[in-house]
Amino acid sequence: MPQTATANILTILETDFSGVVEEWLGTQVKEGVKRSDLFSDSESRGQNQELLKAFVKGIRAGVVNEEFSLDDDAWEDLRAVLADVSKERVGRGVTPTEMATFVLALKAPLFKRLEAMPGVEGGKLIRDVLMVTRLVDAFAIYTNEIFIGERDQIIERQRQEMLELSTPVVELWDRVLTLPLIGTLDSARAQEVMENLLQTILERQAEVVIMDITGVGTVDTQVAQHLLRAAAAVRLMGAECIISGISPMIAQTMVQLGIDVGTVSTRSSIRTALSDALQKVGYVIKTSEAS
Amino acid sequence: MSGVTSINLVENALLVSIQDDVTDTEIVELQETLSNRIAKENVKGVILDISSLEIVDTFVGRVIAQLAGISRLLAAETYVVGMRPAVAVTLVELGMYLPEIRTALSLTHALSQLRRA
Repeated sequence: MPQTATANILTILETDFSGVVEEWLGTQVKEGVKRSDLFSDSESRGQNQELLKAFVKGIRAGVVNEEFSLDDDAWEDLRAVLADVSKERVGRGVTPTEMATFVLALKAPLFKRLEAMPGVEGGKLIRDVLMVTRLVDAFAIYTNEIFIGERDQIIERQRQEMLELSTPVVELWDRVLTLPLIGTLDSARAQEVMENLLQTILERQAEVVIMDITGVGTVDTQVAQHLLRAAAAVRLMGAECIISGISPMIAQTMVQLGIDVGTVSTRSSIRTALSDALQKVGYVIKTSEAS
Repeated sequence: MSGVTSINLVENALLVSIQDDVTDTEIVELQETLSNRIAKENVKGVILDISSLEIVDTFVGRVIAQLAGISRLLAAETYVVGMRPAVAVTLVELGMYLPEIRTALSLTHALSQLRRA
């Protein structure tokens, strides 16, 4: 009888590798976490085989005196495979619970085989079961960590994209800029918007800036504060600021909140704001004689 | 009169260029020199060019506001031109909206506004 704590586990995995994979898949089906709607059978099997292969490799080299850490070099393969699988699953919309249960499902086939092994009973059986539990638990926890990390990356990327997408400064005419604001205006975005706007004023030597808030859902004191600060900075740069797109609803809220816009001009629609702006820089809009 | 700050007559306005390395003493001296020149030359406006100013604090902000107040009393409008974006953001963050000054993008812009006034 081999002496190391993982010997029995390794024996099982080496002699009956495909059996374990099949039963692992079976347990996943039973637990309801095998997303047949997202992955084909062969795809799932392939993933499981690769994961298990890396898992075996890790056990063989990475467990010393019953101690192990998934951060060690021996587990590098498992981490790499796991990263791929998690990325794939996050992308297809698998939940964290499903992901953890998916890994934990590996316990059942291993326990069953340990139990059936000749000469493994009583204290030895408990010892081996404990070892399997520790290994698979660590595996599952690590999976979840990678899974969450993967999601965080997606969130961060989307946040960045939103920031970039949401601050376009458009040159409408010579010396007339417009900034169509859409969505919510928090401090970080307001800062980004302001810097972007001031830089563009400098580059284009714009005299009038129209900040259009048609797409801003709600204007509370904080949003108003950001808008007015941006308008003040625009004025200090030497340009003029018109806030347009103030709906009757928003006008009422602003007055109820006691927001004083001071000398900043406000317009209800971008249409009137544009004609004012053009007038300020010396243009008139008129219908052509033909019509 | 300090060496780093120059005052020149342009059309009917005094052009004051404030340099980046201006010290607090120099800027206080400038107040005095400038008020004398406004009174003597009977100008319609004062143009403060701060395009080389990269850093402002509340002191500079207050001095600019005071300069504007002085010129207003002497019947001249103050225009601040060429403020950098970072400076504008800082002033707004310090809560100094400088309502007493007028602003313009450039010297040309300020002069055309002065002519219209």
